[in-house]
Amino acid sequence: MDVRQLHKDVFVIADNILSPIGSTTAENILGLKNGESGVWQHSNTNILPGTFSASLFSPSHIFLEEEGDYTKFEQLLIASVTDAVRELSEIVSSERTLLIISSTKGNISLLETKAHSAGLYQRIALYTSAGLVARHFGFVNTPIIISNACISGVVAIITGMRLLQSGDYDHAIVVGADVISKFVLSGFGSFQALSNELCKPFDKDRKGINLGEGAATVVLSNMAKNSDDLKILGGAISNDANHISGPSRTGEELAWAINEALTEADLTNSDISFISAHGTATLYNDEMEANAINIAGMQTIPVNSLKGYYGHTLGAAGLIETVVSLHSLKEGIILPTPGFQNSGVSKPLNVNAQMLKGPLTNGLKTASGFGGCNAALIFGK
Amino acid sequence: MAEQKHITAWCSIFDNKVVKNGTQLFDAKSVGINEFVVAVYKHLQVQYPKFYKMDNLSKLGWLATEVLLKDNFDKSSYAPTQVAVVLANANASLDSDLKYLESVKDGASPALFVYTLPNIVIGEICIRNGFKGENTFYITVHFDAAMIHRQVSETMDHKAAACICGWVDVLGEDYKAVLFLVETNKEGIPFSETNLKKLFESN
Repeated sequence: MDVRQLHKDVFVIADNILSPIGSTTAENILGLKNGESGVWQHSNTNILPGTFSASLFSPSHIFLEEEGDYTKFEQLLIASVTDAVRELSEIVSSERTLLIISSTKGNISLLETKAHSAGLYQRIALYTSAGLVARHFGFVNTPIIISNACISGVVAIITGMRLLQSGDYDHAIVVGADVISKFVLSGFGSFQALSNELCKPFDKDRKGINLGEGAATVVLSNMAKNSDDLKILGGAISNDANHISGPSRTGEELAWAINEALTEADLTNSDISFISAHGTATLYNDEMEANAINIAGMQTIPVNSLKGYYGHTLGAAGLIETVVSLHSLKEGIILPTPGFQNSGVSKPLNVNAQMLKGPLTNGLKTASGFGGCNAALIFGK
Repeated sequence: MAEQKHITAWCSIFDNKVVKNGTQLFDAKSVGINEFVVAVYKHLQVQYPKFYKMDNLSKLGWLATEVLLKDNFDKSSYAPTQVAVVLANANASLDSDLKYLESVKDGASPALFVYTLPNIVIGEICIRNGFKGENTFYITVHFDAAMIHRQVSETMDHKAAACICGWVDVLGEDYKAVLFLVETNKEGIPFSETNLKKLFESN
């Protein structure tokens, strides 16, 4: 029997984006429509020699009225979920609700400032943060934690979608966050992968990524709450089996994930109105994505990268960019790709440079990361 | 609804012993983890120079997969995208995170930084075996048989016909890997939460 026939619908009934641009989804979408970016040039020689561009919260930013003993990472998770579940207290306390957390490095910055000990290692662990967040809200079930490099956020949504489709749960609160510190900045710096100026996804002059910090949440439910709630329709994950720090030479593996996600959504490539790409502005990622989008026969569909607004927010990226895309679809706008002027990938690609308006039906979100992983997610009306 | 799934092999590397399907294959007493993983690699008599570049988490997961698949896994019966890898641990990549951070003082090393993500071990397993299916790394405080059972079932009901799953954790000298090969329509131990737990605890 085809499991798809048994699938229940999965609706996105609430969401949040917490970024340097704003603390709610509405603030973020308004900022993006006005062309705001969180990416600025920074100079902090404690972190990196010279200057670097990144989307960072101000050091004095207050995430929670009462910080308690929560770390910045945990404050981001709590603040984002708090806003998303504002009118959903029954869902939070339900035995049929699962919390899913996505992060690549969580509390890793504590290693830079605290004395190392077994106690610190436990404090840093993602399961400790997940337990604190679950207790803060009173979630009944043990949270699921996903740490799968830069596809973590998309994988977390796919995981939530499947657990609702199969009937294991009725609601999933999916939240992702990452904080940028010396650890991550020095690492990407060591790869010569950081751009000193605003990143230029898919552009011929692209020089690398901007990192960013932030959090985002989607509340998934098998029951719609609002008349315009969108659905998560399908998703898939793949591996390049090629290189741990470089993407596929062909893009076939991401293309496979896109096609699997389309099949699961019972759609074809022509049903997709726009693509929110990973678009990190590294030479190899953007080239691989262009290849994959061509293999999937989607090269004429408008594609954007939101990295010029948020930087690469790592474990939050898939969530932040999906929430932006869901609202773009609802409002009938396709956001431009900041930093893009002239195509610098070897395959044709319809990179969106100006805001487009029109009726939109379904969207595709893609992500790829270290370890050769790729993920694709389809959402729509 | 879904096809029958069976555990067709399992392997543990723990306490300086390598055990497959309940039978001890190798042990090396009183050596540290760095020496032990190299001893296991040499015992397997395979040529894979990239092994030496890996961090201990990847070495451990890679070795456990070699043992798990040896002699009983027919790769040719699956398309590359039909084989999934689902792993979990408690400490993510902390073992390598500490080594990377130590290196930053003398200039950050990209060769160390790349291993500061737990899913890199999945990448190494996929590269070695040409597996291109679904792959996810979860963090749980202890081995959570219910979670692994549910997530493997989800990926196998949707996309995969075979899945390598289980636990791979390293922090300093403490390490443990217990991997399972789960296949559809093959004979073996029924794939269930109870059996995963029982086999994990038998090691």
